[in-house]
This record gives sequence, C-alpha cells and structure tokens, in this order.
Amino acid sequence: MTEEIIIAGFGGQGVLSMGKILAYSGIMQEQEVSWMPSYGPEMRGGTANVTVILSDERISSPIINKFDTAIILNQQSMDKFENSVKPGGMLIYDGNGISRHPERKDINIYRVDAAEEAAKMESARTFNMIVLGGYLKIKPLVKLENVIKGLAESLPERHHSLIPVNEKAILRGMDIIRPVKEL
Amino acid sequence: MTKNITADDIVKEENLVYKKTPVLTDNVMHYCPGCGHGTAHRLIAEVIEEMNIQPETIGITPVGCSVLMYNYLDIDMQGAAHGRAPALATAVKRLMPEKFVFTYQGDGDLAAIGTAETIHACNRGENFTIFFINNGIYGMTGGQMAPTTLPEMRSSTSPYGRDVKMMGNPLKITELVARLPGTYYVTRQAVHTPVNVRKAKKAIRQAFESQKLKKGLSLVEIVSNCNSGWKMSPVQANKWMVENMFPFYPLGDIKLEGRLLNKE
Amino acid sequence: MKELKLMKGNEAIAEAAIRAGADAYFGYPITPQSEILEYLMLERPYERTGMIVLQAESEVAAINMVYGGAGCGRKVITSSSSPGISLKQEGLSYMAGAELPCLVVNVVRGGPGLGTIQPSQSDYFQAVKGGGHGDYRLIVLAPQSVQEMADFVGLGFDLAFKYRNPAMILTDGALGQMMEKVWLDEQKPRLKDFPSWATTGKSADRERNIITSLDLDPLKQEKHNFNIQAKYKKMKEDEVRFEMIECDDAEYIFVAYGTSARICQKSVQLARERGIKAGLLRPITLFPFPEKPLKELGRQVKGMLAVEMSTGQMVEDVMLAVNGRVGVEHFGRMGGVIPSPDEIVVALENMIKKISKS
Repeated sequence: MTEEIIIAGFGGQGVLSMGKILAYSGIMQEQEVSWMPSYGPEMRGGTANVTVILSDERISSPIINKFDTAIILNQQSMDKFENSVKPGGMLIYDGNGISRHPERKDINIYRVDAAEEAAKMESARTFNMIVLGGYLKIKPLVKLENVIKGLAESLPERHHSLIPVNEKAILRGMDIIRPVKEL
Repeated sequence: MTKNITADDIVKEENLVYKKTPVLTDNVMHYCPGCGHGTAHRLIAEVIEEMNIQPETIGITPVGCSVLMYNYLDIDMQGAAHGRAPALATAVKRLMPEKFVFTYQGDGDLAAIGTAETIHACNRGENFTIFFINNGIYGMTGGQMAPTTLPEMRSSTSPYGRDVKMMGNPLKITELVARLPGTYYVTRQAVHTPVNVRKAKKAIRQAFESQKLKKGLSLVEIVSNCNSGWKMSPVQANKWMVENMFPFYPLGDIKLEGRLLNKE
Repeated sequence: MKELKLMKGNEAIAEAAIRAGADAYFGYPITPQSEILEYLMLERPYERTGMIVLQAESEVAAINMVYGGAGCGRKVITSSSSPGISLKQEGLSYMAGAELPCLVVNVVRGGPGLGTIQPSQSDYFQAVKGGGHGDYRLIVLAPQSVQEMADFVGLGFDLAFKYRNPAMILTDGALGQMMEKVWLDEQKPRLKDFPSWATTGKSADRERNIITSLDLDPLKQEKHNFNIQAKYKKMKEDEVRFEMIECDDAEYIFVAYGTSARICQKSVQLARERGIKAGLLRPITLFPFPEKPLKELGRQVKGMLAVEMSTGQMVEDVMLAVNGRVGVEHFGRMGGVIPSPDEIVVALENMIKKISKS
C-alpha cells in the first residue's frame, strides 16, 4: 500500500501540522513516511501545502505531481490541485470560502465543512483535526489509536492536555464528512 | 704577565647576564634590521618562558610580515588566512579554555581585511590576547597604504601622501575596541627604546595574566616602524615614529580591568 | 540502541552531529539551512556532550573558526547554503592546503547570486572541483534521504579524519526541509586523544606543531601538492560509493544524485510501466565520482540521461567517465524548480527517439 496525499490551504490553517500528525501516525504503525512541505515565501502568510506519503515499501520520490488524495482547504489550492488527483483518486474539501466547487467526474469527491464545525465547537484550532477525521473516515489507513499516539509525539508535552479535544474533533470530522460524488 | 683572555674565560655560568629565551628558536629572523617585530617576538617568548606556559600556549599567525612567526617561537602555532586570526583563536580558546591563546597581527590584517573578526571577537569578550603591531603600512607587500597610514603620509599606493578626502581617515581601531564591553585590558606600547621595551613586556605579561581571570579579551598594540616601507634608515624611522605616529597613536593604557581610563 | 524519529533533514544533521561526538559547530544563519543552528541552540549540546555551538559574525568567520578547531584536532562542523558556501571557499582552500579535517554542509539553493531560497543542485562544480583557489578536492557526499543526511555526518567526519581533508555533505533545501523516518545512532563519545599533528600545546616530549598552508619554496610546495594529489588518488581507489537501481537489464539509465535521484526512482517505475527498460545510477560520493561503474554501464546501455537541478554540471563527469562510448544527455530544471517524475520520463522518451533516429 502506498498513499500519496497533498494537503493544501492557507498558512495558519494547520496544514503542515496535520501532515505531520499523519506522518507520525504512519510511523506508529511501522510504515515508511515522508513529509515534504512547500516552504519559503509561500510559508509566510500565503498558501501552504504539504505532500505526505505513507507506504509499506521504501518511498521513491517524496516530490510528486499526482496524488491519490488531495485535501483542499481554500480556493487557490482547488485551482492548483484539483487536476493533480489521479483518476479514481479522492478529493476532500472544506466548502468554506469555495466559490468554484470541484468539477472532476473521474474522482471521488467529499466535503467536510470543518471551519463551520470548528466555529460551532468554539475551538478554531481543532479545524485541521476535523478535516483529518473526515479523511480517516473515508480512508482508514491509520488507526485512531495511532493518530492519538502520533499527536502525543508531535505535540510538545505541555500541550498534551489538548489531546482529548483533538480526539473529539477527529471523531466529529468522521461524522460530518459527506460524499459529493462517488464513483 | 697578563694572560690573553679567550672566549672560554668569559662564557661561564657566573658571567651570564642575559640569554636568549628557549621559547625562541635558533632560526634566523627574516625581518629587516631595525624592525620592531623581532623585539616583540622576543618579549612574547620571554613572558611565555617566565610564566612557564610554553606547553599551554597556542599562537595564531597572520598574513603580513609576521606570517612566518611560527618559525621563531617554539610553541604550537596555526597560520591563519588574511585577517581571520581572531576567528581561529575563538575556536582554539573555546575548545581548550585552559590554554593560553594569542593572535599576532599587523595593521592591514587586523584593521582592514579582518575588521569584522577583530571587532566581534572583542565584543564577544573572547578570552584570548591580540598582539597588534601597527607600523602604519603594508610591509610585506611593499609599502602600500594601510588603514592606519597617517594623513599626508606617503606609501606606494598613496604616493602623494594620504589624501583623507579621497582615501579615508586612519582608523584608531584600538580606541574603538576599548569601548566594547568584551575587552578587559587594552593598551598601546612601543619597542624602540629600552624603557619602552620594559613597559611593553609588562603589558604583554599583564595580557597573559588577564586570560587567567577569564574576564575578556586583552589587546596590546605595539606601534612600530617600517623603515623599509617608509624608505628611511632605522634611526630616521624611529625618530619619525616618535614625532608623527605617537601624537596620533599615543602610548599608554587605554582600558584597565574593564574600565576605560580616558572617557573623552 | 538506535532511536527512531521523524525529523527534517536539517534537524537530522544537527542531531547526528551531536551523536557523532562533534566538538563544535560554527555557523551563520541562511535559508534553507538555519534549522541546523536553531536545533543545536535549542538542544544545548554543550550540556549533553560538551559540544560547543557558536553563531559567528559571518560565514567567513565561521569557516575560520572551523579551521582553528580542526587545527586542534577536534571534530568541527559548519553548515550554510550556496551564497554562504561561496564565502567559505577561502577557508576551505586553506584547510585543504593545511590538511585539516572538517565537515561542511551545503544545503544548496538556486543561484547565481542571491538567487532563490528554493532547492537546487547548481553548486556541483564548486563542490567537486575544489571550489576555492589551488589544486584541491573536497570529499563530497550526496545524501538522498533524511536517514542519509544523518548517516553521512559520521561518515563525513570519518573520511575527513582518515584523509586529513575537508568533507562536504552536498544536499539541498528539499532534503533539508522534508521530514522522514530516521534511525539515529547512539551517542558516540567525543575524542579524548587528539591526532599527533594537532596544536594542543607543545609538550616537552615533542617538536612544536605548526598548522599552515604556506610554503614559499616552490619545490617544497610542489612536493606538498604531489602529497595531496596522492590522497585524492587513494580516495578514488577506496572511497567511491554509489547505488544502482534496476540497472541489470537496463537499456537506458538515469544518472542522478540527492533529491534528483529520489525523483528518478519514481521515473524508473513510470518508465518501466511504459515498457522502457530504465535504471538509475546514483552517485553517493560525488568526489570521488563513480567513474568505473559508469564506464561499465556505458558498454551495456544505449543512452544515459543525467538529471540534475542545474543547467548541467555532473553531466560533464558522466561524459568523462563513459568517454564517448555511449550518448549522454542532460535534463534539468533550475532556479529552485524541482522536476516532476513525469517530465523526467518525457525527457527520457525524447532522448530515446533521438537515439533511434540516428
């Protein structure tokens, strides 16, 4: 199994840390992982994206241009990455701020309105965990217990009290994700 | 009948009044007659001998006339790239804080190409000693203008005299680093008379003693002549130095125990 | 026991340096490698092992601090990115001349000049041909993964000390910034006995040690050059490292190192899916360069494509190695652009078309 994922959105949405938690989760179940951020000027305020690869085998290129899954969190990223999903692949997006919805007919499309849900939960910083939960509902590649372990690894110890809130957000994401188009 | 006195009659332990320190090697120095480098080398070597720190001392040589200083001192030494001696010394001292470390640099090395390394080592308060030989000229390369060349002074690259409007002013880097919090002992000396030699030696000793206190950097400037570069006889050169260099670069302590002496 | 971590390449280098028993790091911030200095300052190795970390006033000062520390026989490391590495060339030339070991990390960014902060491989010539003035070479290691970023720190130190010559890890911003799994070595103790040539203070039982690259006597300087060249010859005999992927039945091979080699591994898969018998030769040491395996592959394959994030630098060494026996072409992106696996396959297909026409 190899899963090639791009997570793309605004800087500050927790794109990079979501990728990091996913990568840590992969390590917890003894997979090969890579985490390749876009960085530089893009990192400071504008768009941010990260490529995460989880695999049972040695990962060849950490830099790829076609993805099994694209997790898209703003319009610019939709414009940039919708066409980078492999045919038969998957696109997950948050509808918040999206003016042009995905149009591909050859991929599975899901919507997780995490921004709205995070606002309801009065916990804006768990936004990315709601998205992650949605993704894991559709593709349960990593076990929830390994995600929690991954969270514990990637968060500094002083923030470990936040793990239950994050777990709740992941579960919420699993509930609210819905299909837009399934093949 | 008086017996003819031979060398064997004179060379006896009880007649010994002065001898070359063993910290100087037997190599013949390449310096021009009348140059101050030889005397400065000897004083440093004597202090090392007197403090009994030969096995604990590491020196860093510059690029300039004294590039070959490691031929003359019987201690471990490293040769630096032009101006970089304080960077080398920073690492040597930090890696071996119990050792005595010094750099020996000319004015071009220390105050032109190596200005950044000099100022930052001083400002960090590195615990080593800089010996700064200032003769107002680039000696080794044939008498070009140095950052310390006096206004109106002639050199091969200021053949009509240093025009400060065109070429900038001489840099009093010793006064400059004395104002930095990292320097502990800063002084300016000369080695052209026996009295000055004694004072200079005392300053060198004090600089090495300062390293033991671990309170910061000590810098000993020695104003010297470059009779070849100045195109004078050694005697003329010393006279010119006293009359022209000393008014601009006055001798004496500038900073003692971390305190500036003259806060003009 | 080795320890498993998820780390950025830059962080892995920093942690590996501590664990390799490095005595000091001297550096100056520059993107995309500042994480090395940041990690070390945060990690406080001076409390863990006694390793010194100092932020220097410039790259020039940093490399000369490395010189001073190396002259004392210590394991000293510095890192920078392209513009900063240019500034370090004077110091590296002096260290090669004075025969001092050290480890330099170049996390390459696109140039020339201030260029960009994005990944590139355009410093190949500078790294493998000497870089500064005079006839000398650096030992150059090209990691392709975060694991190798860590592993090559210890290897780089070992080779540098074995040959008394500076070693360089030539990597780029992509490997520096990406995270992968890395198994970290156990903590090695710092050196307690220093080489006989080190300036550690002249004890009564030995002659004084002098570290210098200067010898004004031309005949002596020539002899010194012969001695240095003999070391490089020995490196070419004993230290060549490379990896061959799917080369056994290959009709065409990519030649690529570092990030490009990783991307080419995907391109090999894609090409084989399209029925092209493609392989990859990945030089691990860029100096010494794997000339022999390339020469041998030159008898087997119909063409070689050097893939580099540059206008074509390593390709010249590939050409020298095969010496006209087989066609060698170059494909590269530059200025911080990373080629995709697909466009590399397209470049390969174009090369094949050209070869079959002629």
